[in-house]
Amino acid sequence: MELTQIFTLAAKEFRDRMRNRWVLAVALVFTVFSLVIAYFGGAQQGAVGFRSIEVTIASLVSLVIYLIPLIALLLGFDAIVGERERGSLDLLLALPITRLELLLGKYLGLAAALTLSTLAGFGLVAVLLYQQLSWAGLYHYFGFMISSVLLGLAFLSLAVLLSVVARERTRASGMAIALWFFFVLVFDLLLLGVLVATGGHFGGDVFAWLLLLNPADVFRILNVFSLDDVRTLYGLSTIVPASLGSQGLLGGVMVLWIVLPLLVARWRFR
Amino acid sequence: MASTSPVDAQAAVSLRGVTKYYGAVHAVDGVDLDIARGEIFGLIGHNGAGKSTLFKMMLGLEAASSGSIVLGGAPVRGRGFRAARRHIGYLPENVVLYDNLSGLETLHFFARLKHAPLDQCPGLLERVGLAHALKRPVREYSKGMRQRLGFAQALLGAPQVLFLDEPTNGLDPQAIRDFYATLRTLQTGGVTVVITSHILAELQERVDRLAIMANGRIQALGSVQALRDQTQMPLVFDLALEPGCVQAVGTALHGATGAAAEPITGGLRLACPREHKMAVLAALAPFGTQVRDLALREPSLEDLFFGFSD
Repeated sequence: MELTQIFTLAAKEFRDRMRNRWVLAVALVFTVFSLVIAYFGGAQQGAVGFRSIEVTIASLVSLVIYLIPLIALLLGFDAIVGERERGSLDLLLALPITRLELLLGKYLGLAAALTLSTLAGFGLVAVLLYQQLSWAGLYHYFGFMISSVLLGLAFLSLAVLLSVVARERTRASGMAIALWFFFVLVFDLLLLGVLVATGGHFGGDVFAWLLLLNPADVFRILNVFSLDDVRTLYGLSTIVPASLGSQGLLGGVMVLWIVLPLLVARWRFR
Repeated sequence: MASTSPVDAQAAVSLRGVTKYYGAVHAVDGVDLDIARGEIFGLIGHNGAGKSTLFKMMLGLEAASSGSIVLGGAPVRGRGFRAARRHIGYLPENVVLYDNLSGLETLHFFARLKHAPLDQCPGLLERVGLAHALKRPVREYSKGMRQRLGFAQALLGAPQVLFLDEPTNGLDPQAIRDFYATLRTLQTGGVTVVITSHILAELQERVDRLAIMANGRIQALGSVQALRDQTQMPLVFDLALEPGCVQAVGTALHGATGAAAEPITGGLRLACPREHKMAVLAALAPFGTQVRDLALREPSLEDLFFGFSD
């Protein structure tokens, strides 16, 4: 494996996203949504203005869990299939590069763009709210930012896998939307349905561990469990055993969600 | 045809018993081929004849089901593939390059991946006639300009073997002429060119040798002249004659060749085997200037193509 080849490929992807202002646009979306949630999130309760950082993070988690997977999937779904469709994939593969280098270069370039826009977007919010945050609040917010990046990288990894498997770009985009629906909307409902249908017999710890099969849920648990104030507000915490709340474990699972789809993509990319 | 001879290490491209099947379908079926260094070699065939698959295998994009492929003495796949590929230039058919990059940025990107010196990029753009557009984004390029940029890309890093798939798509006649002039220049520098085209008239005068593929096999191989010699396709003489001598010329030609000439406006048309060419001229000689004009048509590459591939 030659790192310079990976770097060249990654640099092109990253520069493309900088140049067409993708990074800027996504960062702005994050900033604006965060500020709106921070100041108007409590409007339903009849109050407007900044509340606690814990409540803000809890609201942001609900938003980010929809937004970031979608953005990551849209960013990565045509990474390989797009090259295939325009006829440039053969050209790239006839160069002195391996398929693994191409895959990693694409992924890392897109990952850098997504990471930058996530950190810049939410980072700007932290700067703007700086005065109103305690050190503990900042620490939690920082954790939220890191887990958001990991969530994005996990779904980007899934997107790149789709882009390898799909034979056409349109099919890849359909699969990306379907994947988003499944993980963000259907998965939890399905688990809940099973839990209720079995009258809670099939439940308890098993149910909680099944949540690890969904990176969006891992992200949710990761953030909710770090906040004492919020944990009690959340229905989830009643079914999630404390052993699952370990940040090391959850972080590790997230990393697996980044690595495994890439490995499968490498295997399928022939 | 079983291959017995070993691969030719002196050849630019050497294939032995190369076969590719997809399931039960033999896309390429036992191809043996040596392409010499500095040769301009044409590969033609109907769609589905196996030439695209053969092309991809020579480039190392697809593995052969069996057989061996060697480029300049080195295998295109497996260990050492990087060295082999640094000496390959490739222009795929109908490639769409990156719209958002300029011509120069496009070449820089590919030059980095090929470990070619970046400072050769402006010169290459000039060579293909894009010096005026090197800073413009590719999205503003015409089809012909994109094709030229693709060609410049293939020339990065001074390749030893060029693989060009329908390289003149979208080029105007002047650009096509320039393109082949560039190939000739490269050829004198020892570069080998493997080229496919559906425009057979274009290849006819410009390739040193060619292979006609059908059903996954090479049906004919050689120079255009050698292929003509192999076939029984007739030569065609179109004769413009003084009105008074048509009958007499017809009789003389029949006597010389045994073939009957057919009347056309202002004269006769005679189709006869190649070996009767000089006999026809000898039979015409006594008529002197009563033969006002003579046009001789050799079988074209298109005629040969249909003769060998059907």
